[in-house]
Amino acid sequence: MWASTVAELNTMVRRGANWLMLSIAVVLMLTFGYAVPYTAYLRGDSDSPATAHMLDTVLPDHLVGIAIGGLPFFTGAIGLIIGALAVGGEYGWGTWKTLLTQGPSRLTVYSGKLASLAVANAVLVGSSFAFGAASTAIIASVEDKAADWPSLADLATGFGAGWMIAMMWTMAGVVLAIATRGVAIPIGVGLVWMLGVQNLLAGIAAPLLDWVADLQKWLPGPNAGSLAGALGVAKTTPGYSDIVSSGHAVALVAAYLLVFAAIGGVVLRRRDVV
Amino acid sequence: MENNHNPPPVRTRELTKRYGDIVAVDKLNLTVEPGEIYGFLGPNGAGKTTTLRMLLGLIRSTSGSVRVLGRAPGTADHLARVGALIEGPAFYPHLSGGTNLRVLARYAGVPKTRVAEVLGMVDLENRAGDRYSTYSLGMKQRLGVAAALLKEPQLLILDEPTNGLDPAGMADMRMLIRQLGTEGCTVVLSSHLLGEVQQVCDRVGVISHGRLIAESTVAELRGGQRLRIDVDSLDDAARAARDLVGAEFVHIVDDALELEVEADKAAWVNGELVNCGIAVSQLRWRERDLEQVFLELTEGELSHVG
Repeated sequence: MWASTVAELNTMVRRGANWLMLSIAVVLMLTFGYAVPYTAYLRGDSDSPATAHMLDTVLPDHLVGIAIGGLPFFTGAIGLIIGALAVGGEYGWGTWKTLLTQGPSRLTVYSGKLASLAVANAVLVGSSFAFGAASTAIIASVEDKAADWPSLADLATGFGAGWMIAMMWTMAGVVLAIATRGVAIPIGVGLVWMLGVQNLLAGIAAPLLDWVADLQKWLPGPNAGSLAGALGVAKTTPGYSDIVSSGHAVALVAAYLLVFAAIGGVVLRRRDVV
Repeated sequence: MENNHNPPPVRTRELTKRYGDIVAVDKLNLTVEPGEIYGFLGPNGAGKTTTLRMLLGLIRSTSGSVRVLGRAPGTADHLARVGALIEGPAFYPHLSGGTNLRVLARYAGVPKTRVAEVLGMVDLENRAGDRYSTYSLGMKQRLGVAAALLKEPQLLILDEPTNGLDPAGMADMRMLIRQLGTEGCTVVLSSHLLGEVQQVCDRVGVISHGRLIAESTVAELRGGQRLRIDVDSLDDAARAARDLVGAEFVHIVDDALELEVEADKAAWVNGELVNCGIAVSQLRWRERDLEQVFLELTEGELSHVG
């Protein structure tokens, strides 16, 4: 599996689309996590408590919440796209037949892909932390505020939770790509679900229908939002949720991650490569 | 029990693949002997590529058995000794040709030094650093063959390997395939270019509607020479010829008679036809090429099925 993982990483790092996705994720995080609140602070009434609060939200003690804040929503969507590209691209280019006739079994090749996606998501989440840390450090320095950084344990917990949420969405992209044998449909369906259906369920259906409200507790989006929420994501962040406990959220996110990965592996192994 | 000491590189028994009601491959019995270059022919949709994919474990059979190098297809032990180019080359467009091969070498557990060797074998070393997406069709095809050779395979399965190659490239490819054959590599070659198959292959299998309808050496399949006779009245001449040599030895090909007769019978046939009042304008011996045999076989099959 190691050889398959290294081979897959070789192809991933040379694919421009992956770097574009990473850049978009970081730029969105920096824009909505730091630039917008800090600009609002700079332009606001200096005596207003609301303005002062704006500055508080971009100081180092909020690093974890900002770095993983996008994962239940837009950064998660980027994770889904990365998963769909990694697996669906093989169908688009017809390269499954090339890979699967080299020697390693289908599951070995698949495992190599998942391992490389795990690395990719570590880079994605790690980049958010790194760029977030640099930004908040600059702001704290400019504003002459004390750099009250989160503890290493909090950083590690935040990184682990963020990675798990990102992997869950990536696995959703992977399983959709395998099911539909392509790239466009899984990305389209995934984004419609993440950016549209989830919001409709949470914003319109759940307040009206009890069973939808109960169903929310078992869906990936609200659980990802609850996990992020438990780690300091601001309540105003899109995708934020608090409908389940952090333990419940961790279990559900992990379960979805594993189930998506398992379904993808079973289907890939059983189905003819045509 | 199967003898695994020297198993045939390819052996299928009653191999069948169905897609719903459609039978893509129908009880196919195929045996390819060690070291031979085996031509696998058939019209479009005959089941060639489906069969080749089953040999590689990409498609699972519905019934029947298939053993490749004595192993079930798709296992690591099987794939380590088989190289393949199926239904055109497929590589990552954003990587160079060389990087594509290095990625595959990593998957296959082949040393990277082998990449330069196979690029040289297909005359692609000068463009190895260019992106695959910038390659011409012929260059892509050559890279596909290079990838198939990476593992120094005992069995090479090539599906239309000369697609897109210029005449010089086709000649090079034929030479490479022949050389591989002399070095002991077994080659299964699927091609629409029957002249190419005729020049390269030791034996040929013809498949139509998923069934093997002929399998023989190229020479046997082409049969002996035929006596080709141009006449003024084809129907009368055909009737007379059938009376002379038997209906099964008389063929009408391209507005002329073709008779399967021994070499010393030409003058006698000519005399008898003239005696029957048929004007013979030309009479010559003609050797059938593989294309003609192929068309006769597959058209006969089509009309039989229809």
